Amino acid sequence: MRYILKKIASTLITLLVVSVVLFMSFQLISGDPATRMLGTSATPERLEALRAELGLDKPLIIQYLSWLQAFVRGDLGTSYVYKQSVAGLLATKVPVTLWLAGISFVLMCALALPAGVYTAKHAGSPTDRVLMVANQVIMAIPPFFSGILISWLFGMVLRLFSPGGFVSYERSFWGFVGYLVFPAIAIALPRAAQVAKLLRGSILEEAGKNYTRTAYSRGNTTSGVLYGHVLKNAFLPVLTFLGMSLANMLAGSLVVERVFGIPGISTTLLSSIGNRDYPVVLAIVMWIAVVIIVINLIVDILYRVLDPRIAEEG
Amino acid sequence: MKDLVARMRARIKQLPHPNLFCAGALITAAIVLMVVVGLFYMPYGPTVMSPDRMQGISLQHLMGTDKMGRDVLSRVMYGSRITLLVALGTMIIGAGTGVLVGAITGYYGGIADEIVMRVMDVLFAFPNVLLALIFVSLFGSGTFKVMWALGISFIPSFARVVRSEYIRCKHLDYIKNARLQGVGNLRVIFVHILPNVSGVLLSNLLIGFNNAVLAEAALSFLGIGSQPPFASLGQMIAEAQAIFFRVPSAVLGPGFVVVLIVLGFSLMGEGIRGTSEGLE
Repeated sequence: MRYILKKIASTLITLLVVSVVLFMSFQLISGDPATRMLGTSATPERLEALRAELGLDKPLIIQYLSWLQAFVRGDLGTSYVYKQSVAGLLATKVPVTLWLAGISFVLMCALALPAGVYTAKHAGSPTDRVLMVANQVIMAIPPFFSGILISWLFGMVLRLFSPGGFVSYERSFWGFVGYLVFPAIAIALPRAAQVAKLLRGSILEEAGKNYTRTAYSRGNTTSGVLYGHVLKNAFLPVLTFLGMSLANMLAGSLVVERVFGIPGISTTLLSSIGNRDYPVVLAIVMWIAVVIIVINLIVDILYRVLDPRIAEEG
Repeated sequence: MKDLVARMRARIKQLPHPNLFCAGALITAAIVLMVVVGLFYMPYGPTVMSPDRMQGISLQHLMGTDKMGRDVLSRVMYGSRITLLVALGTMIIGAGTGVLVGAITGYYGGIADEIVMRVMDVLFAFPNVLLALIFVSLFGSGTFKVMWALGISFIPSFARVVRSEYIRCKHLDYIKNARLQGVGNLRVIFVHILPNVSGVLLSNLLIGFNNAVLAEAALSFLGIGSQPPFASLGQMIAEAQAIFFRVPSAVLGPGFVVVLIVLGFSLMGEGIRGTSEGLE
């Protein structure tokens, strides 16, 4: 319990440091928002008044603190381009990316975990060799290329969905999920290949250890040893990678959202960077940082629960 | 010459998976050959347009033409040159700085190490493409700026690996021995420990190079980096996506070249590291 509290405290400090760095760098590059909002022809008096209104005449540290206070309360500022609150803008985008990430993650696990266990159990067999070579090739295919191939195969040849015809979840929930399955395949495939390979290697490494031999000598079957003893230990290194993958998926896949025309946070991030709409960029990058840091925390705690030996070391 | 070949053959045979390594080296050699030939000769100019728009594969155009009538093969030759150059530059910047940061923080430790690694941990967790994109939004776009942005985004992965190697190495006996003999800190870091890290570094370089190729392709696919009309592989795919159903060759050509570049390096990496037990 003390460990968990300590971890949460250090996570909060990390978040603070990241937010300071992000806030400062965006302050430096974004220039003067007052000039941006009023245009270059505005009178100095009006600019001064707007700066005072926005709190820009105060020192940076005060600006940071008031920004942080508003951020924690859910007030993410106002978009320069869309002239609406950033929170309202993102409220329609975040669920799309969340669902896409969720479906991708489930797909990835459903593909990778059985494949990893199977290839490890039958290491050296023809199926194992074929799958391992396929793994190497799949890992080499960039998601935008596989995305185009997938929309061709499932969209044009099999006619299971219409590429580019994104269905919003307000209109039809199942249509929305049905559309997202295909980009999710493009996101999940290369990661599934990596997870399968990692799991296979990890199982084979554990299988060479003494406790495995002991388990066999006590009369367990191969499956008994694998599922009862080896798998739990072999899963630990994979857990870190799964956590990282989930974080990356939640951060949004820039290229896959582009290929399939999905209005998620990555699409918004890209267009906001193009428009120099810094409040939106800052909010999205902060959101991604929070997601990544929180998932790291959860993985650390899970690790501790699954492997109590780590507790003794530190 | 003969001696050299024999020695190289012996070295390769000692690798965990010589066949995988050779397959990877062969693919990489083919790509490098294509790029080198492209320095001196390309069938057509990479930006020259012609009235033969959107043609499939033919003897005149081995990979067909795109929607402006430009020869896809010539553009692929030019684009892979850019991709390889950016990936190489990324590795020099990323690995160079990463090794420096990792070596110094790992060797000295202390509060500075703690702070730097916290920041590195967070940066490491960001996807490379996203991180590079944030840097591009700070610095601006263009081939060289993308190289810097990617280079910076690759620092954490190298810094982490090198740091943990230095932490492991600095307590070994031969380092204690060297220090007792009065060898200075800097000399210990670069002359005594660095060679022992090179094995780990090499396999990370191969993985990193692949990730750099994929990241560059993704960024140029998103329209960041090499600007039109100059070709880059990702941007060619992005442009041809709309006409994929009419002329698949305009997408498949650059697409397969990206796959082959990555596959070549990853197979070489597998051959050296030997994590594919039972494959051969």
